[in-house]
Amino acid sequence: MGKDGSVGYVTTRLDDFINWGRKNSIWPLPFGTSCCGIEMMASLAADYDMSRFGAEVIRFSPRQSDLLIVAGIINLKMAPVLKTVYDQMSDPKYVMSFGACASSGGIFNVYSVLQGIDTMIPVDIYIPGCPPAPEGVIHGLMRLQELIAQGQTHSQRRLAQLKQV
Amino acid sequence: MDIRHPIPGNGGDWAVKFGEIWNSQISQVRDTFGAGIEDIKMPDTYPTDVPIVYVQRSKILEVLKYFKESVGFEYGFLADITATDESGSPRFEVAYQLFSHSRLCRIRIKVRVPEGEAIPSAVSLWKGADWAEREVFDMFGITFSGHPNLRRILMDERWVGHPLRKDYPIRGYQIFTDSQAVDPERLK
Repeated sequence: MGKDGSVGYVTTRLDDFINWGRKNSIWPLPFGTSCCGIEMMASLAADYDMSRFGAEVIRFSPRQSDLLIVAGIINLKMAPVLKTVYDQMSDPKYVMSFGACASSGGIFNVYSVLQGIDTMIPVDIYIPGCPPAPEGVIHGLMRLQELIAQGQTHSQRRLAQLKQV
Repeated sequence: MDIRHPIPGNGGDWAVKFGEIWNSQISQVRDTFGAGIEDIKMPDTYPTDVPIVYVQRSKILEVLKYFKESVGFEYGFLADITATDESGSPRFEVAYQLFSHSRLCRIRIKVRVPEGEAIPSAVSLWKGADWAEREVFDMFGITFSGHPNLRRILMDERWVGHPLRKDYPIRGYQIFTDSQAVDPERLK
């Protein structure tokens, strides 16, 4: 609505409009398994305040969330749990690999640690650091928003392929 | 509380005090068990380590019971049970870390175990030995005879091999995509 009260118009494609809504209402599921989880809490808390980007509501149920933040080391015994949580999330879903351990196993190149969660589930955004600073997390989140707006995340591309078929 | 410095009202220097306690305990144990005690290693300097008592495998339960219950010993607290793979013969060493609440001192008891042979479980003495022995079994494959529930505690039950053995490959990943099935019997 204009300042003089006249009704304005926005012209766009429906997909772009939906993606605009999606990117500004990301509900994260925190999967914090170690020290990265603490840094994730710092990013979510008042000082850095990820709710500025629409990532306001932390959901502890995979059914209600659309961003899986894997913050910390994933042991081989935890890997099936992570896979189950990811499978339980409804589409479109995004995955943020938070820190060195989640992205590559980090310094734990041993028998008990999953060498990067991308061996189990598709990852949309990797945040480097051990642990990453909140600035890095926010940068990652904004980059993820760009990807969502372009429809370039894994689950969006998969859905688009399904539509074509 | 820094145990390296003398504490007023507690008999002076703790290092000196523990030395006396340990020496009397060790001579007493030697007299009681004779050949059951294979070897005793005293620490060079006190705060860095505690005495290590090597015990024959068949005598381990008696020695532990003696350390736990005898007057003047009273090592009532089993802090941990760990093991090492020495890659020699006998292959493994199982270490019992004990602490005495009345004497405020620690001691370490070790048993040498050849591969494939069992040692008696300490669950009858300390209930807390249950999980510690399961961990040693999980990581090294050392079996404890008389243990009520000897199965893996940390690794997946489908895991093959024992990861802290020296011959286990350091990157021997075994990835399972579905969770470990729960035995319905255990939920009852």
